[in-house]
Amino acid sequence: MTAVSNDRIEAAQAALDAHVRDIIAHHFSPETGTPVWLDYARSAGWDPREEVRSFSDLIERFDNFDGERLRTDAHEMWIPRAYAGRPFTIFETGGSTGMPKQRIGWDDYKLDYEEFSELLDDEAFPPGGYWLMVGPTGPRRLRLAIEHLANHRGSSCYFVDLDPRWVKKLISSGQGDQAKAYMRHVVDQALSILKHRKVDALFTTPRLLEALGDEISIPDAGIKGVFCGGTEMDPQNVRFLCEEILEGQVGFVPTYGNTLMGLACHKKGFENENYSITYYAPQPRAVLRVTDPEDSRKLVDHGEWGRVELTTLTHEFFLPRFLERDAAKRIAPCEDFAWDGVAEVKPYAKNEEKIVEGVY
Amino acid sequence: MSSAASDVPHFPVLRAGKEYSSLDRVELTSHRDGSVVASVSQANAGLVRRDMRKLDQNAQRLRAMPMAERIERCREAARIFLEDELPIGEGATQTADDYVAQLSSTSGLPHVMVRANMEKCAFVLAEMTTILRGLMRGMDPGVLDQGFGDHDGVPVWYTPSARALGAVLPSNSPGVHSLWIPSIALGVPLALKPGREEPWTPMRIARAMMAAGFPAEAFSLYPTDHEGAGTLLECCDRSLLFGDARVAEKYAGDPRIEIHGPGRSKVLVGDDVADDWEQFMDVYVDSVARNGGRSCINASAIYIPRHGEALAEALAERLARIEPRPHDDPDAQIAAFANPAFADMMSGAIDAGIEQGGARDVTMAARGGSARRAELGCSVYLRPTVVRCDSMEHPLANTEYMFPFTSVVEVPQERMLEVMGPSLVVSALTRDSGFLQSLTTSPLISRLNVGPVPTSKVEWDQPHEGNLFEFLHERRALQRAAGW
Repeated sequence: MTAVSNDRIEAAQAALDAHVRDIIAHHFSPETGTPVWLDYARSAGWDPREEVRSFSDLIERFDNFDGERLRTDAHEMWIPRAYAGRPFTIFETGGSTGMPKQRIGWDDYKLDYEEFSELLDDEAFPPGGYWLMVGPTGPRRLRLAIEHLANHRGSSCYFVDLDPRWVKKLISSGQGDQAKAYMRHVVDQALSILKHRKVDALFTTPRLLEALGDEISIPDAGIKGVFCGGTEMDPQNVRFLCEEILEGQVGFVPTYGNTLMGLACHKKGFENENYSITYYAPQPRAVLRVTDPEDSRKLVDHGEWGRVELTTLTHEFFLPRFLERDAAKRIAPCEDFAWDGVAEVKPYAKNEEKIVEGVY
Repeated sequence: MSSAASDVPHFPVLRAGKEYSSLDRVELTSHRDGSVVASVSQANAGLVRRDMRKLDQNAQRLRAMPMAERIERCREAARIFLEDELPIGEGATQTADDYVAQLSSTSGLPHVMVRANMEKCAFVLAEMTTILRGLMRGMDPGVLDQGFGDHDGVPVWYTPSARALGAVLPSNSPGVHSLWIPSIALGVPLALKPGREEPWTPMRIARAMMAAGFPAEAFSLYPTDHEGAGTLLECCDRSLLFGDARVAEKYAGDPRIEIHGPGRSKVLVGDDVADDWEQFMDVYVDSVARNGGRSCINASAIYIPRHGEALAEALAERLARIEPRPHDDPDAQIAAFANPAFADMMSGAIDAGIEQGGARDVTMAARGGSARRAELGCSVYLRPTVVRCDSMEHPLANTEYMFPFTSVVEVPQERMLEVMGPSLVVSALTRDSGFLQSLTTSPLISRLNVGPVPTSKVEWDQPHEGNLFEFLHERRALQRAAGW
């Protein structure tokens, strides 16, 4: 692991603390604030503007945010007064069934992805080239974000939709064959685009990438870079994707993100670290902590597994200490990112028991 | 054996004979002291699917070797399997004694049983001519070289139905691997998913066959998870699937998959010999307890029209003599549980069955009251158990467990077939031609032993759970003009 100086870690910490003060001031002041948070301060009987001066104060004073509110609160509750009158976009979280969690927004996704664009390699994602997104579009932030990212790089993007909620329903009702047929339908549409149009860069999920790679040679199809996200990627699967599906010839950019956070970038050089991918949140706009499953105020030690907790800190959206349904390893700051990272993200199961395989 | 993972052998994935070391590994531990004995590279499902694209060329490599040579190389492989030091992977090697000790430590089988199973696998390799004669009903196996030939004066044409035989294998007893060995002789490469605790035997057989000169491309071993196993079954044209009743049900009706579910093998005592039941004590004992009661061919129920009580007590008295012994004791007759939780689960299920009434554990009294569960060192055993059930409807009357366990039930002869359900092996103690006729015409029985032959006895010229030759080759019509 490349070392990073304490000075840089401290500077990043100081920048985060300053950003926390700015965001708290914004959401909790009567002029610019958000109804949800103004109500909170009134009923809590304390003023975060006075008492939260740093990120550690925030952890200390706020409890884990109850995500159910994102299903039930009126959107108006979440409009900061600073944004009053401006139409907003409603984004929904990924594969949830029933009433989805929703986040409203204006420009955050653009800012997040413009920042992310800086990290993309021009060779793998040539400016002006064409993009193809194969994955969940619909009401998701990701869809607009990818198009904006492409546009920001002077490119345009084709889209093939995958509805993860339908796949979930098919699988949970035992219709595995239908789920396969649907995936096949998605892959067929992507193949069609790849056959008739020149595409330079691909955004998709690991599973779809694998399915595409089973049908065609991805480098031979002219793809130079693949930007991948959405589900867990354990080291062996990442290695398999890089070495065999991408034939060692295509840039691979794994990301971790969701509608509530934005997206976290991976640390470069994972090929030399046994394909263990570490993600770093776009601090200070969002912070990821790997917390003790028994007490989420505490962090686990570096290298240990814990539950991922997200805090989003933008002028549009303040979300303190939301526990994700993901587990990850806590990783120390590195050369490119002077704050903690999360590695080997996988679904969080509270009572993780090894499944005992049958004897026969 | 050291407990540090880096010092123990590592099983790579074998991808058409090529070693592949995965980043995802599972450690195997000894049931005796919990030490790590090996690590096993796990294949991701995508990797399995990717490899299946090259099945054609692997099959061509194997089929380029003529049948006579394949049979000869199988014979050589038998010797190598029994005697030679063979690679496991990444430079680690294994002698025959290592194999016995290693497999014993992860499976709980005593050395003497591992050796007996080793002999079974070696026999199938060495006697491939006999095996193929049984499977192909006397046809010259060389017919497969050309595809066409002659069988008893009738022209025949056979084409392979599979580019690879997939198999999702169990961990219970290594003798089971004798089932897929003939596939190589039949010209069909293997794509095996070893049982989680049993990579030892598939790897050793594959290495022995490679050392005997078979093309490495014919051997793929994919230790993998549930998803990987599903991918293997999906991609192979023909597969063997070992699993419990739930797994068997999931894949039932798929003609590409031969399912090896619970055996529920039985001894049926006919009316005509029921009064002489005492003469057949060895048949009952061997049927229930041979190979530690671990196999699907071990009897799990004995039906007799009368004398059920006396039979159960006499059998209990015989089986109660079997006690756990150290793993290297040549007289060991039962195996330890690799996972003690299974022992507790099974014993608990038996107790629950007894508590609901209509059944009793006859062995308990014969043992003088000592418990079913036994410990020797850190290993956990279940002592042989005979349960006397009052009726066929009792849940313990048709259940199998992975240790010497049987129920004894009084069933009128004319009702036996009606109530027994699918039974892998039936040993019928009867000379009653009418009863025998009804047994030979029953679709419920895969292997019928007539007379005092234990269910656990295997004759190698008979097919076991389906005929592998017919599973892997299809006869088609051929009409050839003279001189063409």
